[in-house]
Amino acid sequence: MLEIVNLHKVFNYGKVNQNYALRGIELSVSRGDFITIIGSNGAGKSTLLNMVAGTYPPEIGRINIGPTDVTNWSVHKRAYLVGRVFQDPLKGTASEMTIEENLSMAGKRGKKRGLRPGLNQRQRVSFKELLAKLELGLENRLESPVKLLSGGQRQALTLLMATLGAPKVLLLDEHTAALDPKTAIQIMEITEQVVAEHELTVLMVTHDLKQALSLGNRTIMMDKGKIILDLRGEEREKTTVPGLLKMFTEKSGHELTDDRVLLSK
Amino acid sequence: MWLTLFLRTMEQGLAFGLLALGVYLTFRILDFPDLTVEGSFPLGAAITAQAIVLGTNPFLATFLAFLAGAMAGMITGVINTKLRIAGLLAGILTMTSLYSINLRIMGRSNIPLLREETIITILKDWNLNPRYITLISFVLIVFLIKFILDYFLYTEIGMAIRATGDNPVMIESLGVNTDYVKIMGLALANGLVALSGGLVAQYQGFTDIGMGIGMIVIGLASVIIGEVVIRTSRIPLATFGVIIGSIIYRMAIAIALQLGFAPTDLKVVTAVLVILALGAPSLRRFMIQDEFAEHLMEGGNSDAGNR
Repeated sequence: MLEIVNLHKVFNYGKVNQNYALRGIELSVSRGDFITIIGSNGAGKSTLLNMVAGTYPPEIGRINIGPTDVTNWSVHKRAYLVGRVFQDPLKGTASEMTIEENLSMAGKRGKKRGLRPGLNQRQRVSFKELLAKLELGLENRLESPVKLLSGGQRQALTLLMATLGAPKVLLLDEHTAALDPKTAIQIMEITEQVVAEHELTVLMVTHDLKQALSLGNRTIMMDKGKIILDLRGEEREKTTVPGLLKMFTEKSGHELTDDRVLLSK
Repeated sequence: MWLTLFLRTMEQGLAFGLLALGVYLTFRILDFPDLTVEGSFPLGAAITAQAIVLGTNPFLATFLAFLAGAMAGMITGVINTKLRIAGLLAGILTMTSLYSINLRIMGRSNIPLLREETIITILKDWNLNPRYITLISFVLIVFLIKFILDYFLYTEIGMAIRATGDNPVMIESLGVNTDYVKIMGLALANGLVALSGGLVAQYQGFTDIGMGIGMIVIGLASVIIGEVVIRTSRIPLATFGVIIGSIIYRMAIAIALQLGFAPTDLKVVTAVLVILALGAPSLRRFMIQDEFAEHLMEGGNSDAGNR
């Protein structure tokens, strides 16, 4: 489904602030995989997601989504393959536009846009049904501008939008980190629900180690631009949070340092 | 005499209303501070005047103005998106080049149209109601364009334009090439501005190379007045407000002139108006802080007293 081969990324090459962010990433993701990604600050987790989304091209390496080589495709060109939710709830929606307008734009993910009206009655009915499943009462606020919603509501809407138009890969970049604990749990439940429903392939960056082990079917650990550990199957099931931390120290030679990492709960 | 003055002011407000719609499209919808306007407005006037002098049908001449303005907008868009030059500078570069180009088109710095056949003279020749025909036709033209623009902004492409101004990262991740969208939006906006220039030239009976100076501020003033009069997030109402804003602006100017302001002072009056309107939130904050400080100084702090 997703094939990443020998991927390298350097920012500001040759300048004082040169940053060698990814150093030969190899990752093979099967259809339906739900991979959680953990690692220290500056390990390259977000850069990896950005590369899959197409935010910038790699220096060396190749990215395939399905049979398609998308390595040098721009963000908008590969949009029909990739859905994405950012950490910042403000990033995923257009605030001045209404809930239904945001959904309708997401429904046209990667399709040609013309001079037809952007919204019709049939869409409104289906959006209402979709929103009702979130159980946040948004189905009655189709015509409200998104700026009136709370962070959690916006993130739930973004999740819905990221899965509309059937993308092949869903990227979640610490998408609950900016929310309060209760809302974060709620959004995570919605995440599991939509992922299961659409049988999506997911890459999720998280700083919650417990979540990293409990969600999905695979956990990868990154450090200094490399994948240092790839846990799956039985081995992953047996792993505990302290065990994970120990593995990290063994593999990387230093302790897991992340300002926001949640060691235990 | 007052009725005539009122009619003239309304007509001007409508003719400049298209300029205001263009400025609304770039500043508010696309969130792009586009100074191309200062060049595309006289460009429209120059093209229209020269085409009419050369014997072109005035309606066709006005349409040519729209096309020329759209091209000017596209150039600013390409400079900004493809060459990655900041939007403000991209507009200034196009605007500056347009000064030379407009002079080339006109061949001299002023073209009178008083003896030519223009849209206005054609309308008056219909002899329906010579007194009101200009006003009625301007209302029809401007509102027809307004309704087309409203419809457009709710189409799939129109929504992409709005989203590009609102959250470019998001709409790009949904498969929209924001570069194209910006170029398209700038083209449409400057097309409207040039159309406005073409109408104004025919209305006032001449084109002058300097007629673009201050147009961006006039457009902004109209947009802001419109927003004060009609507070809304709905586009049909907002565009209506912009046109009303343009008319109110012309009325304010007419009143200022009646009060004895020199016409040459009007630009500074307009600029101060815009500064006050845009700076209002900050000014208000200053004043509230001052009031609060005074309140504390007087020892009338009720919160402290309650404790």
